[in-house]
Amino acid sequence: MTQLIERRSFLRAGAIGLAGLGITGLIPAWARSGSPGLAPTLPTLSGEDIHLKIANTHFTVGGRTGHAVTMNGVLPAPLIRLREGQNVRLHVENTLDEDSSIHWHGLIVPFQMDGVPGVSFPGIKPHSTFVYEFPLLQSGTYWYHSHSGLQEQQGHYGPMIIDPAEPDPVAYDREHVIVLSDWTFLNPHHLVTKLKAEGGYFNRRKQTLFGMMKGGPEEEMSASDRAMWGQMRMDPADIADVTAATYTYLVNGHGPQENWTGLFHPGERVRLRIINAATMTIFNVRIPGLPITVVSADGLNVRPVTVDEFQIGNAETYDVIIQPTEDQAFTFVAESIDRSGMARATLAPRLGMTAPVPPLRPRPTLTMKDMGMGGMDHGSMAGMDHGAMAAGASAAAGHGNSHSMSGMNMRDKSLVPDSVKVGVGVDAIAMSPIDRTGDPGVGLEDVGHKVLTYRDLMSLTPNPDTRPPQRTIEVHLTGNMERFMWSFDGEKFSEGVEPIRFERNERARVVLINDTMMTHPIHLHGHFFEVVNGHTGSYPRKHTVNVLPGGKVSFDLTADAPGDWAFHCHLLLHMHAGMFRVVTVRPLEGDAA
Amino acid sequence: MKPLVGIFIAAVATPALAQQDHGAAVQQAPADPHAQHQMDEQSADPHAGHAMPPKPSEPTDPHAGHQMPSAPATDAHHAHAGHEPGIPDPPGGPPSAAALGGPAHAADAIFGAATMAPAREVVRKEHGDIKSGMILIDQLEAVIGKGKDGYAWNAQGWYGGDIDRLWFKTEGESRFGESLESAEVQALWGRALDPWWNLQAGVRHDFRTGPDRSYAVLGVQGLAPYWFEVDGALFLSDKGDVTARFEAEYDQRLTQKLILQPAAELNFSAQDVPELGIGSGLSTAELGLRLRYQFVPEFAPYVGVKYERAFGDTADFRRAQGEKAGGWKFLIGIRSWF
Repeated sequence: MTQLIERRSFLRAGAIGLAGLGITGLIPAWARSGSPGLAPTLPTLSGEDIHLKIANTHFTVGGRTGHAVTMNGVLPAPLIRLREGQNVRLHVENTLDEDSSIHWHGLIVPFQMDGVPGVSFPGIKPHSTFVYEFPLLQSGTYWYHSHSGLQEQQGHYGPMIIDPAEPDPVAYDREHVIVLSDWTFLNPHHLVTKLKAEGGYFNRRKQTLFGMMKGGPEEEMSASDRAMWGQMRMDPADIADVTAATYTYLVNGHGPQENWTGLFHPGERVRLRIINAATMTIFNVRIPGLPITVVSADGLNVRPVTVDEFQIGNAETYDVIIQPTEDQAFTFVAESIDRSGMARATLAPRLGMTAPVPPLRPRPTLTMKDMGMGGMDHGSMAGMDHGAMAAGASAAAGHGNSHSMSGMNMRDKSLVPDSVKVGVGVDAIAMSPIDRTGDPGVGLEDVGHKVLTYRDLMSLTPNPDTRPPQRTIEVHLTGNMERFMWSFDGEKFSEGVEPIRFERNERARVVLINDTMMTHPIHLHGHFFEVVNGHTGSYPRKHTVNVLPGGKVSFDLTADAPGDWAFHCHLLLHMHAGMFRVVTVRPLEGDAA
Repeated sequence: MKPLVGIFIAAVATPALAQQDHGAAVQQAPADPHAQHQMDEQSADPHAGHAMPPKPSEPTDPHAGHQMPSAPATDAHHAHAGHEPGIPDPPGGPPSAAALGGPAHAADAIFGAATMAPAREVVRKEHGDIKSGMILIDQLEAVIGKGKDGYAWNAQGWYGGDIDRLWFKTEGESRFGESLESAEVQALWGRALDPWWNLQAGVRHDFRTGPDRSYAVLGVQGLAPYWFEVDGALFLSDKGDVTARFEAEYDQRLTQKLILQPAAELNFSAQDVPELGIGSGLSTAELGLRLRYQFVPEFAPYVGVKYERAFGDTADFRRAQGEKAGGWKFLIGIRSWF
């Protein structure tokens, strides 16, 4: 503890130096380029009473200005820094002419403070103030954002750090918050309209005939496989719904040209608190030349694991430690999953230093594994080297198996429980979905260096509830790419679906099966769940989990938070299109959890 | 007892794995005295690589050997890529009676049912009940061939939700400087049948030089395998004549912006309709090939050719009018949508 305070006073000098730079407004102090890191002198919001004002503002990036919805006039919103064990009152004033809200993403709060209009509270009416009040029961890196309409796409998000009551087990000399996001000058509702009109509208890197003749990594697919994908009316180049065709990817509100720069002294252990606050973008994060040691996931500490790259789904957070020893700059690269663009920043000893920016890598192409056929023909391979098999399966599936496709039913209702409605909104059912927690993410299988997988994550502390789950709830992630429809179990939330119900303190297993060919970051409010990844008793505890295409993820849940909670895909437009459910935990009465 | 047995089995059964883990643990041990998590206690443990959780929660699991927590970031984990890790799934089942207990909506007790009900309706609509629309001018073109040049159009639009939509279609052609030769307008209700196909029913009205006609329309429009856009419809006129039309087109991307679109249209009639110049059977067929350049997806000028001809009695009707049964045309036009 003492150590930490000393470190901070040391940083204070740097912060005062920065004040002289006279950087313009609209970017919060913590997010300014040239930041020496977080220090007590930076005007973060902390204490028992915090005031936030939601308003229409302007946001400028790449020399162009557009309309934004922000908090306290800045994008991203102010850094809220609190301490585990304290109480906080957050006074949120909505100056918009429409409803708004703030959801405290990842925080364990009473349901009525969770901030989801129509589920946990009525929402914050125009020109009114709502006061959130709750104790802080945890520590770590979190964030907060609107849960109303599509305001999050317009800039309504910000970071939140809860310092631990006990000494932090993560030692570091300096820390930076890195909020990744995606910005568009289009009205977010126009994004939806475009996608409803043409599901592949934003994909400007499709397979083409000339491309096929010319060859290249993005066109590596035989004519017969192309025909097979075409027969299914599926596009193997459809990696992200919204791409750099409209997005500018941001680091702390800075576009790639603005080049947000975070400072360090060589030899320091630098903690980066990385938050994916993007609307529709899953990022692949790397810092060429620097190993990245992941020390916490979704706010909770994990055993340190060193990687070269990791994929971060929307709403996930990772805290990492880097230790640059040279007096040189490093480029922080957050490539969008489809590699149409990147968020870029620089970590350097001095402002103005830069490092080479690596070019975008080729757009990935989906494989049979992404189509939900990962588990086919594996029976005979039991006991073999499954690592090799996984690679072999996608290669074999990508070529050899394709000719037998014509006889296959891609929407075989017998593969799903009756609760799944295989209708207009379901264009495929995974024939043989496999657990993909050992996979690094779409396009990251063969990047030539170590990429984080969920199986690399182990909780630093033993899991609090090691009761075996008593009941399995299977939830299918379903969609129709062509009509841009997204749902759980084939039914959109708007169709008036039943909640997913748990008994209070019930220990249950939720199996998420992704029948679609996209990665979905699935978020459950009000709880941490244990991602079943083989490390029984030390499962990583998360609030959001990426489910890879054609794959499945199981999590064990202790339903210890009475109330009603949102459960949804954190790709905002998927949620908006219907991939949303209410989870209920009953009874409400009794001791507070 | 059983947990210990599990540890023993695991240790015996996976020596190679354990070795790898040791190696990795050594590699990983941070040189910095500030170990990332100050886990010195564990790092010092020679068995750190396979420290068992304090309380294995499922000692009876026969796959206990595969659940060894081990130093992460080793390839050893990938060796299990195909396995279901961890405790087997318990049986599925409905929620318990306690889980089904009330109240129906937790927030009602705090904010009042009257306040929450409208908010609930908003959240329902905001998660899936999207109304959208599109107007597509698929063809708006100058038609250049023998004789006087003309123009033609083919456009459609829709508005609605995912399942039910209101459709509007129009097509027609004429010659420059002359009165309208033929134009048709359709108003249809469309209902999604499956992920790709829509049923359409409604009315069509034709404006033309000569007698106007109205029709009832029943059709199917959608996306066929291999990405063919297909539209087929039956028409029943107010005079009792039955005709049909089948259209298909395909977008072949040459590059991201240069797109070659072959298209075909076939018209059929169940009977001769002399006043409209239509003969029974296959009356007319049209094959088109348009090459467009998409400056943006919404705006693409094109050039193209089409071959159109009449068959059977339809051809005879044409010849009786002093026209040819068919011929080539050169096209310059614009495809646009918004």
